[in-house]
Amino acid sequence: MAVKLEAKGVCVEYYQPRTENRLLAVDDVTLHVMDGEFVSIVGPSGCGKTTFLGVVDGLIPASTGRILIDGKLVTGPGRDRAVVFQDASLLPWRTVLGNVLYGLECQGINSRQARERARHFVEMVGLQGFEHHYPHELSGGMQQRVNLARALVVDPEILLMDEPFAALDAQTREVMQEELLDIWRRAKKTVLFVTHQIGEAIYLSDRVIVFTARPGRVKDTVPVEIERPRKLAVKRDPRFLKLEDQVWELIETEVKKTMLTDRSVRSLPTDAQRDAGT
Amino acid sequence: MSEEAWRAAEGASRLRTFYAKHDALLIGIGTVLVFLLGWETAARSGVVNPLFTSAPTRIVRAGYRLWAEGDLWRHIQVSGTEFLAGYLMAIGVAIPLGLAVGWYKRLYFCLAPFIDALNAVPRVALLPLIVIWFGIGIWSKIVVVFLGAVIPLLINTFSGVKITEVRFLKVARSFGASELRIFWTVVLPGTVPFIFTGLKYAAGRALLGVVVGELYAATAGIGYLITVAGSSFQTDTVFVGILSITIAGVLSVELLNRLERRFDRWRPDARSRP
Amino acid sequence: MPSARGFYLENERAVLGMATVAFVLVVWEGLTRGWWLWRIEPIFLSAPTAIARTAVQLFATGEIWADLGVSGLEFLLGFVTAVVAGIALGLAAGWHRQTAFALGPFFSALNATPRVALLPLIIMWVGIGIWSKVLVVFLGAVVPVYLNAVAGVRTADPRLLTVARSFGSSTPRVFWAVVLPGAVPFLLTGLRLGVGRAMVGIVVGELYAATAGVGFMITVAGATFQTDKVFVGVILIALAGGLMIESLTRIERRVETWRVKVGAAA
Repeated sequence: MAVKLEAKGVCVEYYQPRTENRLLAVDDVTLHVMDGEFVSIVGPSGCGKTTFLGVVDGLIPASTGRILIDGKLVTGPGRDRAVVFQDASLLPWRTVLGNVLYGLECQGINSRQARERARHFVEMVGLQGFEHHYPHELSGGMQQRVNLARALVVDPEILLMDEPFAALDAQTREVMQEELLDIWRRAKKTVLFVTHQIGEAIYLSDRVIVFTARPGRVKDTVPVEIERPRKLAVKRDPRFLKLEDQVWELIETEVKKTMLTDRSVRSLPTDAQRDAGT
Repeated sequence: MSEEAWRAAEGASRLRTFYAKHDALLIGIGTVLVFLLGWETAARSGVVNPLFTSAPTRIVRAGYRLWAEGDLWRHIQVSGTEFLAGYLMAIGVAIPLGLAVGWYKRLYFCLAPFIDALNAVPRVALLPLIVIWFGIGIWSKIVVVFLGAVIPLLINTFSGVKITEVRFLKVARSFGASELRIFWTVVLPGTVPFIFTGLKYAAGRALLGVVVGELYAATAGIGYLITVAGSSFQTDTVFVGILSITIAGVLSVELLNRLERRFDRWRPDARSRP
Repeated sequence: MPSARGFYLENERAVLGMATVAFVLVVWEGLTRGWWLWRIEPIFLSAPTAIARTAVQLFATGEIWADLGVSGLEFLLGFVTAVVAGIALGLAAGWHRQTAFALGPFFSALNATPRVALLPLIIMWVGIGIWSKVLVVFLGAVVPVYLNAVAGVRTADPRLLTVARSFGSSTPRVFWAVVLPGAVPFLLTGLRLGVGRAMVGIVVGELYAATAGVGFMITVAGATFQTDKVFVGVILIALAGGLMIESLTRIERRVETWRVKVGAAA
């Protein structure tokens, strides 16, 4: 298998010319994703994983370092990548079908075949019969299905998924995870998936990459050697639970760090935090 | 219980449900009727002088006469032309300008002082100037209508563009949309509800402009009709003129509401908005 | 140390705004002085310097104070009565359905009519003195104040009402402790919109028929082609309205820190 996506020493520094403040969001991230691989990035909230995904998509320029796809440098958004956004971000004035068509339209494709193709993907995510509904008439889970179909319809080689299930209730989330794996198997895409949920990352991925607290750095990579196809029951498998513990240990101190620096969260300091010298 | 008593009880309860269902309408109509009856009685019995207060029946009669003689229609045509010309010009200027000002930050910075200043002046205060510049004919009214309508429409269009959600822009950019496409598919559709709010405000200001312009200096129009009738104590005619203006105001807002509903199907809160 | 570019970015709005205003003022001044290709008679257009000079003169001689005093008095009397009546009726109608049903048609009709259209009637009834202006200001301001007061009471959070009732609060107490504080932002919005309508009322009333006041000054100046004086009057009106609306907006913002609702438009 070939390397599909490569990040080399990516840093993102925000600079405000008004106040001349600098803020390092992503610090020297180097990682790779193989062709057809499903890789997750896990980290505490605000650790820069969404920013990193924006760099891979080409929406956010890297201050230093670069992103390579099939060995070619990324300079902006391209047809080889599509994003499944965190809040579904569906255009509220377009129907389900109109939203799925949107990506194709942006690429200048607006034909009868485009409509057929959009219809096909609406069916693939299980929304047949809802083509002409507006987003506000859909549940959160259904909106995320449209979000997924909108990314898939442009036939990208890499799917970039930014906590797509974070806003869903627990049960819907589990169902969506299983369906995502099914769609991934059929569509044969390379996926880079960002989440703060450890179980979700392990269940979906071939490899889990753990980020540190801000600025985001790669802390460790955990391979998930559980055979596919995975049913939801695998989440009670001892191997799964062991992996969960392993990732949680990596991430725990990072989460506590963010809790201390985040002024909105007030909690009594724990031993671990005192040990961390704060 | 006898058959009749049953029927009576049933009838009474039906009446009560009818009242409970339509109490808003019934109380509203009731109060208005009492008011009109009181007015009429007071005028007829001589408690008040109908020369000053008129009376509902006298207003209806005057309205019928003015309509039959074609006077009313002639004035409505003049006022209507002023309203439409000024309002359409305001739309033609305010919507493109509002979109541009919302899209280009620096253009906004340049124009903001003028927009703010015009917004602070009641535009009708400019009438003496407008009459100096455009005379007392139809054009002075068109200009004051235009000035009245252009500001709320401009400000609303501008806020609509400003409020464009960053997440939608991210989606469009991620799919590689051109700036022009982003404008047509993301910015403009999101602005439409604001434009309609602006159109409704603007209609009110435009009507105000017509009336004040014609009260101040004119040779025809409903405002002119009112002011001439007022100075010659034809109170009935004054009321006919005022009612025509009220009806025009209600009609224009209702028309815009209908139009808005056609553009509004995607809004979750479309039905609950005032 | 912020750089020059940093300073520009920090104050971009002010810099660009002032530059454009200065540009327009220079062009305007030049038009009446023949700096550009053609000249426009100052009698039509006036000029920034002429306006400034007239303003200074009007204040120096004290001529303006009489007019300002009359307009101010009209505004105060009309606006205060409108606020008192509008809030009282609005709170009653918001709390008591039947009152709202009874008052509804009258306020809807008033709201649909530009109140200044009633001026010929008002003049007939109360003459061209100060009271006609007080009445038209009252009618202008009372509608938005009323409508917003109704909306303020109606949006009282039902959950808060339930909590208050479950603690055994009496109805008047629920009204004072829960409903009224919740309605305050709406009342303020009503006041702000009312100020705008009141200004229109003053100006139009005085343009139409008066013997004193800033609007009267404008109309006399206009009829005698004293364009400078017209501009001074317009600017004074804009300043007065802008000042009042700005201070109400500030109060609104302070109140809205604990509440994110916005008022109903009138």
